[in-house]
Amino acid sequence: MQPATTNRKLMWWGINILVLLYAFVPVFWLLSLSLKNAETLNDGNYFPTHPTGASYQAIFQNDDFVRSLINSIGICLISTLVAIVIGTMCAYAIARLQFPGKAAILAMALLVSMFPQIALVTPLFKIETAIGLFDTWPGLIIPYITFALPLAIYTLSAFFREIPWDLEKAAKMDGATPYQAFRQVITPLAMPGVFTTAILVFIACWNDFLFALSLTSTSNARTVPAAMSYFTGATTFEKPTGPIAAAAIVITIPIVLFVLVFQRRIVAGLTSGAVKG
Amino acid sequence: MAEIVLEHVVKRYPDGALAVDDFNLDIADGEFIILVGPSGCGKSTTLNMVAGLEDITAGKLIIDGQVVNDKAPKDRDIAMVFQSYALYPHMTVRENMGFPLRLAGMDKQTIRQKVDEAAELLELTQHLDRKPANLSGGQRQRVAMGRAIVRQPKAFLMDEPLSNLDAKLRVQMRTQISRIQKSLGTTTLYVTHDQTEAMTLGDRVVVMRAGVVQQVGTPAHLYAHPSNLFVAGFIGSPSMNFLPGQLKGGGTVVTALGEAQLPDRSRRALDGASGDREVIVGIRPEHFEDASVVGDKPGATFDAPIDIVEAMGSDVYAYFTVKGEGASSAELDELAKDTGNDLHGTGLSITARLDAASGVRRNSTAKLWYDTAKLHLFDASTGKNLLEAN
Repeated sequence: MQPATTNRKLMWWGINILVLLYAFVPVFWLLSLSLKNAETLNDGNYFPTHPTGASYQAIFQNDDFVRSLINSIGICLISTLVAIVIGTMCAYAIARLQFPGKAAILAMALLVSMFPQIALVTPLFKIETAIGLFDTWPGLIIPYITFALPLAIYTLSAFFREIPWDLEKAAKMDGATPYQAFRQVITPLAMPGVFTTAILVFIACWNDFLFALSLTSTSNARTVPAAMSYFTGATTFEKPTGPIAAAAIVITIPIVLFVLVFQRRIVAGLTSGAVKG
Repeated sequence: MAEIVLEHVVKRYPDGALAVDDFNLDIADGEFIILVGPSGCGKSTTLNMVAGLEDITAGKLIIDGQVVNDKAPKDRDIAMVFQSYALYPHMTVRENMGFPLRLAGMDKQTIRQKVDEAAELLELTQHLDRKPANLSGGQRQRVAMGRAIVRQPKAFLMDEPLSNLDAKLRVQMRTQISRIQKSLGTTTLYVTHDQTEAMTLGDRVVVMRAGVVQQVGTPAHLYAHPSNLFVAGFIGSPSMNFLPGQLKGGGTVVTALGEAQLPDRSRRALDGASGDREVIVGIRPEHFEDASVVGDKPGATFDAPIDIVEAMGSDVYAYFTVKGEGASSAELDELAKDTGNDLHGTGLSITARLDAASGVRRNSTAKLWYDTAKLHLFDASTGKNLLEAN
């Protein structure tokens, strides 16, 4: 390590501040917009002169928004849960077993994740209207899982590969069935990976706009990003900038909470002490 | 507790590599068997086949009279201690040791009691609530042992359980393992590459090389009557000295140490071998002696230009080099590679273990004696011991 001179420290502080500014200026701007009222919206002040919660009041009085928030939370949690359960099992098989077609499955997974989603919107729309999934929760959950799985499988299989194989052998010798070994020994050790993947998958679903917009038509299954695009002002000539900003802030909160809660589970070095000295 | 029988067991990997070839062994109930050999000799594969972690390509594995080739590890009732210990890092020591009992569906009270007993035996009582990450290497090793002991399985399998410990702890644990095995009387199959562990622990030792069993016998038998060059070179520390030589008719053997007359017993064993032939002569370090200390015991003497003397207190190790090429054979080359001792100096280095009363000094010539009755003669081409009937 090089000695930390004052200059070097200053340089690092400078860079840190630059990065923080880059990241947070838009967020604060959004926050500021959400706290302004219609009159001061375009006054050019970065900080609101008369902060007001009117926009927040407005969006929570809007039934469509509340409904879409519930849709978002429900759809994303279910998609994440299902993707993680299937992804965990699939990744375990890929990390541990040699079976015919393994390379093909991995290639398919990669292919799915590379596929431009916009190209699928029309066919998905056709299929879902035909089988009655259009504008329902499953109608969004299924495509979300499909696109989340490759990510989940890749991330999780990397974590599974890190777990010493001896542990599984030991569990087998201790009398565990393969499922017991997986459930009681491997999964607890893969938890950091599972939570990391869960966060990534959840964020991906939460932020989706394309499917949410094109596979829904009413507030029945419309999620927040899509619902926001349907916001209208109080009059035809009023822009809904304030409510949109407020909604954007509101939907950021669950993600921050989700990350904060799960981040504590991502303990590095959980497997230390398993093997060797 | 159980008898384990391996009948013509073969392991061939899908890529065609032959890991174990025609392995035959009867392990008696309560016996402590050591599988020893250099790395890659198939000893761990054999152990894994007994455990059920690897499939058996051909042959039969019989535990307590039952063929168990196709049984899952959990149905064989065998416990295993891994080289890496393989402790479950998310469980405490108590949970680690109780895991096999919990899987067996025992009630909490019984599990608690059995874990406590095992912990006491292994002096782990005060660590029961700690996680493996907070234990020292030796403690982890004992937890791994404990996890095997609590179930009172039919047999213990141990895969180099001591190789991750430092030298001093290894010696301590070696005696502890021996004591535990004797007190429990559980059949044990123990894999190691360390010949000292093999010699000290085993009731019987199986020496393997390249997937083939070289010799099975008690440690003393292997030491005194190695069936071939490989076993002779592998067993014993410091290892046996090998010199190329010629066997002349009439029982005289000529080596770089001079001419030696074989005793009658050896000559009789050689009966049938006629004419001159190339041999490799093996002499263990302790079968050398300072000629002035020996008196007039039968043997041969020669002048040794001593390079280095190491006084160990109880005895003296003398190292010297004699002229001539070292004995060469595939088996010896493999041994040399395994010990990392593949330096080829000029001449032939020899180690002799002499009496502490010996007056040898470095850089001087000493008159040494060697016991011709303890000479081993190996066929130069096949490596077989010419003096052993088998």
